[in-house]
Order: sequence, then C-alpha cells, then structure tokens
Amino acid sequence: MPHTKQPAVLVLADGHVFYGQAFGKTGTTTGEICFNTGMTGYQEVFTDPSYTGQILIMNNVHIGNYGVKDSDVESNTVKIRGLIARNLEEQFSRIQANGDVDNYLKANNIVAIEGVDTRALVAHIRTKGAMNCIISSEITDVEQLKAELAKVPDMDGLELSSTVSTTEEYELGDAAAELKVAVLDLGVKKHILECLVQRGAHVRVHPAKTPLSRLKEFNPDGYFISNGPGDPAAMDYAITTVKDILEENKPVFGICLGHQLLALANNIPTFKMHHGHRGLNHPVKNIITGQCEITTQNHGFGVDPEAVRKHPDVEITHVNLNDESIEGIRLKHKPAFSVQYHPESTPGPHDSRYLFDNFVSMIREHKQ
Amino acid sequence: MPKDNSIKSVLIIGSGPIIIGQACEFDYSGSQAARSLREEGIKVILINSNPATIMTDPMMADKVYLLPLTVESIEQILQENQIDAVLPTMGGQTALNLSKEADELGIWEKYNVRMIGVDVAAIDTAEDREKFRQLMVKIGMAVAPSRVANSFLEGKEFAQEIGFPLVIRPSFTLGGTGGGFVHSKDDLDAALDRGLKASPIHEVLVEKAVLGWKEYELELLRDKNDNVVIICTVENLDPMGVHTGDSITVAPAMTLSDTAFQEMRNKAILMMRSLGNFAGGCNVQFAQNPETEELIAVEINPRVSRSSALASKATGYPIAKIAAKLAIGYSLDELKNQITMTTSAYFEPALDYVIVKMPRWNFDKFKGANDTLGLQMKSVGEVMAIGRSFTEAVQKACQSLENDAVGLGYYGKSLMKSDELMEYIKTPKWDRIFRIKDALMQGTTIKSIVQATGIDRWFIYQIQLICNMEKELATYSIDTIPADLLKDAKKNGFSDAQIAKILHGDCTDDQVYEKRKALGITRVYKMVDTCSAEFEAKTPYFYSTFEN
Repeated sequence: MPHTKQPAVLVLADGHVFYGQAFGKTGTTTGEICFNTGMTGYQEVFTDPSYTGQILIMNNVHIGNYGVKDSDVESNTVKIRGLIARNLEEQFSRIQANGDVDNYLKANNIVAIEGVDTRALVAHIRTKGAMNCIISSEITDVEQLKAELAKVPDMDGLELSSTVSTTEEYELGDAAAELKVAVLDLGVKKHILECLVQRGAHVRVHPAKTPLSRLKEFNPDGYFISNGPGDPAAMDYAITTVKDILEENKPVFGICLGHQLLALANNIPTFKMHHGHRGLNHPVKNIITGQCEITTQNHGFGVDPEAVRKHPDVEITHVNLNDESIEGIRLKHKPAFSVQYHPESTPGPHDSRYLFDNFVSMIREHKQ
Repeated sequence: MPKDNSIKSVLIIGSGPIIIGQACEFDYSGSQAARSLREEGIKVILINSNPATIMTDPMMADKVYLLPLTVESIEQILQENQIDAVLPTMGGQTALNLSKEADELGIWEKYNVRMIGVDVAAIDTAEDREKFRQLMVKIGMAVAPSRVANSFLEGKEFAQEIGFPLVIRPSFTLGGTGGGFVHSKDDLDAALDRGLKASPIHEVLVEKAVLGWKEYELELLRDKNDNVVIICTVENLDPMGVHTGDSITVAPAMTLSDTAFQEMRNKAILMMRSLGNFAGGCNVQFAQNPETEELIAVEINPRVSRSSALASKATGYPIAKIAAKLAIGYSLDELKNQITMTTSAYFEPALDYVIVKMPRWNFDKFKGANDTLGLQMKSVGEVMAIGRSFTEAVQKACQSLENDAVGLGYYGKSLMKSDELMEYIKTPKWDRIFRIKDALMQGTTIKSIVQATGIDRWFIYQIQLICNMEKELATYSIDTIPADLLKDAKKNGFSDAQIAKILHGDCTDDQVYEKRKALGITRVYKMVDTCSAEFEAKTPYFYSTFEN
C-alpha cells in the first residue's frame, strides 16, 4: 500500500516543496521540470532523446497501467532524468507487455516520485515557467536538497545533442533502394527513421558532429535534420552543417530541433519558451492546404515569429491554433521545409504523417 | 469561411418522453444547442412533447411548442413560422425518425427548410446492420461475422452457419430493445421471435458474439472542412455483452497503450469519413480482443448521442454546443475552446482525473424482473464521479447511487461463500461489482475473477487495493488509526461513513470527520478544464478530492 512506501521529496528552484512516495530507483536526481499532458504513450515519452536533462511530470493520473513493451520505445534507454506522477502503477494488464513500470524505471536507474499533487504542480509551472528541480528518496533535508539543486546548470545555453547522438554511423532500410537519405542524428526518435524507411528510403544515420563532407560520401538524395534535446542556439557545429547542407540544393526536412536549426541557419533566432509545449493534443493549421492536424509536441525552445515573418526567403506553412506560434516553415528558393512538432507521432495522433510522404515526393521530383 | 448567414431561424426537435435509453441527456444537448444558436443571433423554435424539460423553459428558445412529436405538429409550426433550417440531431432517435418521416413526405422541401448537421444516408447506413457491415467490409474494417434475417427460418439457418454464442440484434430499435444473446440452440427460437417482433421492419441481425472482448467508445467531432477531433475515449469496465448504457464506464481509457489507441483513433476517423460528409458529432464503438489487440467495429452513431452528454461532462468540452455551431457552417479552428476562451476549439481534451460512470437500476421496484444485464438497456439513470484516481472515482460513484452503498462494499450484503460468489459474478448483474469486491475480501485471486468476468485485470487489481486498505483500516479504532492511513483512505475515496463502519469499536462518521479535520485532512477542489491545467480556465467546474 502507498502509505508503507518510502517518502520522497521534490524541491523546485523557486523553493517550492512537494511531497510524495518513492518509486523506481531510490536516489536523488536533478533536471529541468516539464509536463506532458498526453494520456497514452508514457514509455515512448520516457525513451524520447529530446527529454534528455529533463524531469517529467505526467499530468495523466495513472501511469503504468499497460506496463512496458520492448517495441514501444523511441531509443534504447530511458532518457528522462526523473519522473513525477500522481499514481504510478506496479500492476499492469496488457497481455503483450514485457514488464511493469516500476522495474523498468529501476533497471534504467530512474528516480521517480508518486502521490504528488501534480495538478497544483503543473499550475505552478504554467504560471512561473520552466525551472530546475530535484527529486530525492534518500535525502529528506530540504536545505541540503536546495544546495544540491543550486549546482545544476540552466537549460538555456546547454548543448545536449552530442550526448545522445549515435557514436557510430549505421544504415537502415533496403541498401538497393533508389532513395537515399542522410540523417543528422541530434537525438533522433526511432519511429522517425521507421517512417522514412517505410516509405522506401535507405537511410544512413550520422553522429551529431558529422560535417557535410562525410554526409556527402553516402551520396544522399535528401537530408534529414533530427529532433533532439537542449538549446539549438548553443549548437554552432550543427548550424554550420545545416548551412552547408542547404548549399547542396537537395531536399531537406527538419523536425523539432531540426526545424529550429533550419531557422538558425537562415539567421532566424530561437528563444527559450516560458514552459514549452508537450503533449499529444496541440492544434496546428496547415495554412497552405487549410487542413488542421492534432499534433504531438515536445519542445522548450521556439523560433522567433517576427523574424520568420520578416524573412524574405522563408514562408510560414503551419501555425499553432492556440498561441499562433510558428509550427512549420519552408524556404522559398530551396527544397527545404521543417516542422516544430512531431509528425511521426509516437506517441500521438497520426494526422501529420503526410509530411514524410511530402518529403519522399520532394526527393523523387528533385531527382528527375 | 465562417457561418452560413442564410440561416436566420432554426427548428430544434426534442426527444419527447423520458424512456430507458433516451433520457435527460437529450434535454441537455437540446438546451445547449438552443443557447449556442441564439448566441449567433439565430431565432430558435423548439418542439418537444415533454414539458418536464429544461429546453422547454421559455428562456431557452424564442418560441416553444409543446406538441406531440408528429409530422402534423411539424407542419403546423412551419405554417406559423418562417424557418430556414431544422437541426434534428439533438433529440436522439425520436427526433431523427420524425425528421426522416417529414423528409420522406416532402415536408421540408415544401416549406423550403434545410436539414442541417445530419446526413440522412449516413444515419440509414449506421442504423441498418447489413448496410453498416457492407460499408465496413468495403473500407477494410473488421466486424463480427453476421447475416441479416427477415424471417424465422432464415434466422435459424444463419444461426447454424455462424455458431453459438451469437447475438440477435433487431434493426431500427432503441436501446437494444428486443435484442439478446443466445448461448445455445435451446434459446434460439424464443430470441429470434422476440427480435423479429421488436423490429419495425421485421428484420434481425444474427451475429457472432465476441463475448469477453474489451469495449471502447470514441466521441468524435467533425466540421465541414473535414477536420476531425476525438473528444473523449471511454472504456467499458464490463466487457462486450453488456449494453453500454448498463456498463460501468471509465474515461479516459485506462488500459490502452498508445499503439492500440492510435489504431482505434485512425479507424474511428476512417469510419466516420466513409459514412458521409456531415458536420457534427459522431460516436464509434469498438471491441478489442485483449489477446491480440485486434479490433472490430461494433457500431457508429453519426449524431449527438447519449454518450456525447457523458463525454461533454467528463471532459468539459460542450459537444452539443459546438456541434450546433458546426451545423450552421463554422469550422472547428474558427471557434474557441469554451472553457479557456483563449485556445482553439480544434483540439483533443486532456484529462488529469478519472471519470467513472455507474448506472443506477431500479430492480427493487420491479420484483420478478430479469436482472441479468445484456443487450437491452435496463438502467433508469446513472451517476458520474470524478476522482484523482480510479479507486477514488469508483468509490465516489458508489456513494452517489442514492442507495445504501457508502462506498464499494457494504451494499446488498451477500451471505454467499466464495464458490457461490464465483458462480454469481459470471453473469453480469446490477450488483456484480459489489460481489467482486466481496469475493476479493474473501481471498479469491485476481486471476480467478478475471477469468470469471472477463473484466480487465487492471480494474480488478484496483478493487483489490480498496480491499487491502479496508482490511488495514479494520485493524484500527478511531483512536488508534494513523494519520497517514486515514489520509490514504480519503485519497482512495473512502467516505467518512464507510471508514466509521470499517474501524473496530463504536464510531460515527462525525467522529471520523472531526478526527481528520483535526489532522488537517480536508478536501481540496480541482477543476475540469479540458486541458490538464496547461492553460488557465475561465468557466470551469470543480470536483472535490484529497491531496498530500
């Protein structure tokens, strides 16, 4: 029963303290706090490399009900730094599952806290903005935790992609396929690669700091700039690579961090958002077709809307219907486009997968 | 493009008398629609034969007609008023049938009235089991094997072909009237006869029964530009075999992975699009085989339904109100979320609580009535409870039934032994959830209960948690109960009266209340805001709960 469990504490950088019970690994963890409003797909979220360095609040009140399954992952390890929830479930019912969330978190060394008034916590973050936090199930002295928390670096200006990118190149898909896509892995989600391969692409995935010269050796027909964690403005190496890629005049598609880098490569600045967009229900309108899409989102940085609007060579393709933020852009004179949200949508609604079709069509047309 | 300005006056048809399967839900949707249209400066004329409704309050519409729901009344209204359009989707099957009748007689055409928010062909396809089956086959959606029979002999022949257990579903009836399961050859004749007689066109569907599969319902909204959103996903605690109106249902879905849910979402959208091009609400039901996660389509209702009202209250998203605006030409991205007033109405609500709907039956007033639950709805009402966990919500639901249940347990106390209980819970009855709890209290394993009932293991485990806590509470008296345990009991939905009964020694609910008040264990109030606290809400409503 919950009350026999070990107590755990959550301390926010602004001094607020929340109490709960330990779950997952016993220990202490730090990171930037963020919340995800999705009601399904917790395992995909935990393993999404874009969450590197972050402590995640799941707003949905029951997490773990359907256990964990080996194929429902976006990378090989859990990437969140810690987990906060109202009710974490040890028991699950899905027959296809391979295990329960508690053991999964333990095996991945993830400290979690449950029993927290997550709604009050989310309302607090919504008002005060993203900030660092510390969770502990071994230290209960709040002052000591505050001292530990003070040592944690700010997410603003932090480069994290190179810590989660592949270290070795690898290839996926049919080597004889006529479409070849070079992927710049800045923390790519597994299902993005799958979406490309399913559409007949042969992809080679490259480490974050791979220069264009090496990407070109694959003789690609198109380039894909992946999602990933951290502050895009702190990634000079990637901005340079994207600029070089654009010089090639071959089709380019960017998702999330890749979208921000495409903007930066065109001298459009990015900024740290108040508390980001994370969930599976964000409304986006494609202003080219007039259709709307329910999208999966996970970003704490955005592109400067004014700079995009003023840019002579960049066109807005998608806008967010809630806050009018920029969700998609394309270059007017080059075959390059990008979206801020996640069209592979694992987890999330599949409304936006047509973007992968568009990318593949663009490559085919460009080849002719 | 915003609304259609050629519509200046709209006729809304109510659902008439309250009957099982069609109750105050349609009063709620009709009232919402009337308000929604009047907000747009549209004149609303309303007809309903039932004066005991909110919608017939003079405040609700510009003109209210308390007349029988007949074509003659419709014609009278059209003679007396200049009406541009009729909105027939807010009054359940009654209003739809009346609109269709008027349509067939050419009355709408005669008075130059457009039917809005509905596609008659879509309704026909959805209501006609054979047309529905053919459409599903065409779009590649699996359905349970079935044949349509128009005679007793045909029915028998098809039953032999399909095999038992099977379902008899009469065409064009409400709330599953006349339908039923047939487990063996002995029951077939009576079931066929009943089904054929219940159908106004003497037609039944003989269908393979997917007993034990999990049942889900999705509520969708679509606008004229074909933008679709899923407002709510409801999971039936009772597996296939119990009418949704008689099932304990839970929102959001508790036991679906994202892969399983997205498949359901994709298929629901595919089904809605294949049915026609109407703007408005739609409800899609699925059965899922828990062994393989294979899905079959159960039914689709291309209109605001009984479950839309529940989905609206469960999420805060006013389906009928928005559906009325879609019917007059708005698109979802042109409308605001009615709760936040700042974000878009084109979105899918996120819940940070659990909803449990529990039906209320009145079998005690109908001595001798068959209390086994099946395809025909028998409940006369329902309660909806909100909690920050399933355990809290299910206990609050039990406490709200207006019977002696003070929580899960202590109701209709049974003297059955565990083997008798195991036999009893195999058949769905009004008190099954209480008897499941009794069986768990007596030490029956979760596995055996899952086998006996087909209810998803996760729910049974949650009831086991309630039992464990009850057993722990029983080891204390009001003087010895630890504060942490008392707080956990409140977080898990135990009422003060329930705790007073469980604690040993004499104790009243007032004493429990005083004790927890002194310990600072008091209610907090949380909002239903459509968005899991992501945005500030302007017109929210609240529920009470307990937090740390």
